[in-house]
Amino acid sequence: MRALLETRLLPAIAVAAIVIVLPWFFPSMFYYRIGTLVFIYALAVVGLNLLMGFAGQVSLGHAGFLGIGAYSVAIGPTYLGMPSWLSLFAGAALSGIVAFLVGRPILRLKGHYLAVATLGFGLLVAIVLSNEAGWTGGPDGMTVPKLTLFDWSVRGSDTWYWIACATCVLGFVLALNLMHSPTGRSLQAIHDSEIASLVLGVDVASKKLTIFIISAIYASVAGSYLALFNGHVTPDVAGFLRSIELVAMVVLGGMGSIVGSLVGAIVLVVLPQVLTVFHEYEQALLGLIVMVFMIFLRRGIVPSLVAMLKGWRK
Amino acid sequence: MIVLETDRLAITFGGVRAIDGVNIAIESGQVFSIIGPNGSGKTTLFNLVSGLYKPNDGSIRLAGETVTGLAPDQLARRGLSRTFQNLQIFSRMTVLENVMVGRHRHERTGVLADLLHWPTVARQNRATREAALAALARVNLADVAERQAGSLAYGALKRLEIARALASEPKVLLLDEPAAGCNPIETQDIDHVIRSITQDGITVVLVEHDMRLVMNISDRVHVLQSGRTLTEGTPEEVRSNPAVIEAYLGVHGSQEAGRAFD
Repeated sequence: MRALLETRLLPAIAVAAIVIVLPWFFPSMFYYRIGTLVFIYALAVVGLNLLMGFAGQVSLGHAGFLGIGAYSVAIGPTYLGMPSWLSLFAGAALSGIVAFLVGRPILRLKGHYLAVATLGFGLLVAIVLSNEAGWTGGPDGMTVPKLTLFDWSVRGSDTWYWIACATCVLGFVLALNLMHSPTGRSLQAIHDSEIASLVLGVDVASKKLTIFIISAIYASVAGSYLALFNGHVTPDVAGFLRSIELVAMVVLGGMGSIVGSLVGAIVLVVLPQVLTVFHEYEQALLGLIVMVFMIFLRRGIVPSLVAMLKGWRK
Repeated sequence: MIVLETDRLAITFGGVRAIDGVNIAIESGQVFSIIGPNGSGKTTLFNLVSGLYKPNDGSIRLAGETVTGLAPDQLARRGLSRTFQNLQIFSRMTVLENVMVGRHRHERTGVLADLLHWPTVARQNRATREAALAALARVNLADVAERQAGSLAYGALKRLEIARALASEPKVLLLDEPAAGCNPIETQDIDHVIRSITQDGITVVLVEHDMRLVMNISDRVHVLQSGRTLTEGTPEEVRSNPAVIEAYLGVHGSQEAGRAFD
């Protein structure tokens, strides 16, 4: 029992160990900032990975849920007098409800058709956020009040680093739990053969909807954190490029790999920072490096490296 | 007792009546084979009975209950399972996990419990795992349980599909060409597996081209031609029916065959 528990959660435990040790090597506060961004993105990516990597359903509009979460913690405290933490939960609930309403009709679609439908959803959210200027401040965005828990005002990148990584590890644990459960097995089964899943009694439509809602909630919480951490939010948070960035993190790190979600987030958050020394060639180099990764580690960084290690051991 | 029954079942694809008024009545515990030339509607009949197609006409009864038009997952929960002619393996999962999915209809699932890994989930996982291992042992695949399913040989995958369907403990098991593409030894394995399944009282409905296998293990054989029933009977009756020989070989061919036998 104990051994079983430990093997199941091994990736989460390993990640937790690394993030605790890591700050000893941080030379400045800036590194805490980057670390925080990595964990916030990793949280959204793990949710999207459950949808894409496990259940095999693409979403090109996931930043839409990031946006709902981000604007919830902006609008809730500013206009509705709700505390930030309550706004975060309200945003997560709202994202879940929106995912339910949107998911029911569009999850019947497959492959490219589903991709385009989710893309439409993401665009819709971004446009609503920039047009409803009375609530959202329009394209310029709005200020997000600081997170206050009881009397403690949360500030500083180092504090946020710990909050983000704790939440991220929690997200990993829940995802790993789900994988090793009847729900997780049926999701993986749906990925490989919907028809075989159906004849084994799996309610495919409801399982797809369930994982779409869960992944939306992951993205929403990540969006809320992003807004609270930055103290400012613009409609870009829900934009198409942000959605693509999330998908790229999933694929680059490894579809269906929990640790891969973190690795994907690390690469696409840290690399642009490192590459700023190349000035105008930064974006081009980033593109090139991502291409090289995909050519040589075609199943994503983590699954490909794991396969290589297994190969060497034999 | 009749466990599976169709009444004047019919489906039309673009004006073609692929299945046209077929009545079958299958006794519990039997091996019931459906044969017929290519395009006679065998797989279409399977797809109708397992809920993948909705019939235009007629009805289906499973264990006394009318199930016409029910979805495949609803039928599965009522005890109908099947395999596929073209394999439908969960190729990225391990062999064991494939069969564990077969236990789905016996598992109680709640998303919240699954996310939090409630003690009941852990307990149930162990029970599912054991039942799946037992199903794998029945088809002689227990030793490759931890392998990735996609890496198995063709014959083993055929047996894996049977194990997965068996794990759901069906009342009725539809096997769509379980021996297709198998060599004689693999076919013999399938033969043994089917016999052992019927010993558990599971009704087996078989679509198969390997006539030796069909004639060996069937209690009843139902012959389809162009979507209609040609005849039904014991293997001996069907084998000696001139209409069946003609359906397979054509009028000219049957005359040739007749001459060859003289």
